[in-house]
Amino acid sequence: MNWLEFLTYLFVMAGVTYLIRVLPYVFMRKEVKNKFFKSFLLYVPYTVLAAMTIPAILFATDNIYSAIAGLVVAVVVALFEKGLLTVAISSCVAVLLVELVQKFIL
Amino acid sequence: MSAFRKGFTDGIPIGLGYLAVSFSFGILAVAGGLNIWQATLISMTNLTSAGQFAGLTIMLSGGSLIEMIISQFIINLRYSLMSISLSQHIDESMKLPQKLFFGEFHTDEIFAVSMGRPEKLSKKYFLGIIIAPYIGWSLGTFLGAVCGEVLPPMIVSALGVALYGMFIAIVVPPMKHSWKISIVVAIAVALSLCFKFLPLLKDISSGFAIIICAVVASLFGAIVFPVEDEKKPKPNSEGGNA
Repeated sequence: MNWLEFLTYLFVMAGVTYLIRVLPYVFMRKEVKNKFFKSFLLYVPYTVLAAMTIPAILFATDNIYSAIAGLVVAVVVALFEKGLLTVAISSCVAVLLVELVQKFIL
Repeated sequence: MSAFRKGFTDGIPIGLGYLAVSFSFGILAVAGGLNIWQATLISMTNLTSAGQFAGLTIMLSGGSLIEMIISQFIINLRYSLMSISLSQHIDESMKLPQKLFFGEFHTDEIFAVSMGRPEKLSKKYFLGIIIAPYIGWSLGTFLGAVCGEVLPPMIVSALGVALYGMFIAIVVPPMKHSWKISIVVAIAVALSLCFKFLPLLKDISSGFAIIICAVVASLFGAIVFPVEDEKKPKPNSEGGNA
């Protein structure tokens, strides 16, 4: 991506993120008590991450079969409540194994 | 132990964790077409995971700046709440310039750890705690971007799921414990699939699709399953509020 285009995006992205962090820190003194708003914000990280992961993960590798293996393994390992790194590495290994099998055996 | 050293020590585990997450971000950024320095610069100026990733998606798909603004606003809105809590947990050494500076470094993890400290926090503590996470996040992205360029394609393909794997590791365990979160996440996923595959809907850009999925599902959650209290470490002192 060319630098001008990149820097425009970067400026907007970092600027909005900075303002969101700093404005309440500098100007607001009251805790937010609104139950509806707090609930909304509690759900946002989960819904954002879920919407970004599915279906994008299915197209993140060489082909959809290795991606499905990575997805299934990640969900199963996450159900056992292993750490971020364990889940991520298991998922990568599953993708690698499927792609090795596809390349050298099938 | 001085406040600075205490902060620095508290930051080390966060920094190590960030190293891995940002490594995967670096891989994806380079795979998508950014160069090593662009990928690193995003991490050095943003210091968010979900926000950066959504931003990257928008950049790579040539999305509009409006899309960028709305997505960053929605995804990072939770930092506003954290900032408000933090502003009541700092001592008088934090003046406006320090607040303007440290505001950039509020992340989920730094927030959780600093709110867990019983005492009011000083600028020296904050100066300490941000060092390792900032270096971890930036360096990890750089290393991931370099590896993305030099490693064999099959390894890069496998590493491509790493960041998604971490997202899954964040989302799935709470689903196991809360059927409310499970339903809300299921709605987000169902909507996301619609935006990818259904006619008309699939013409909507990926940035807006993420925003709509997250907002609709979270609104549904807030209306149908309002939650009593946030599951985060509670501040020890909340003086001064109504």
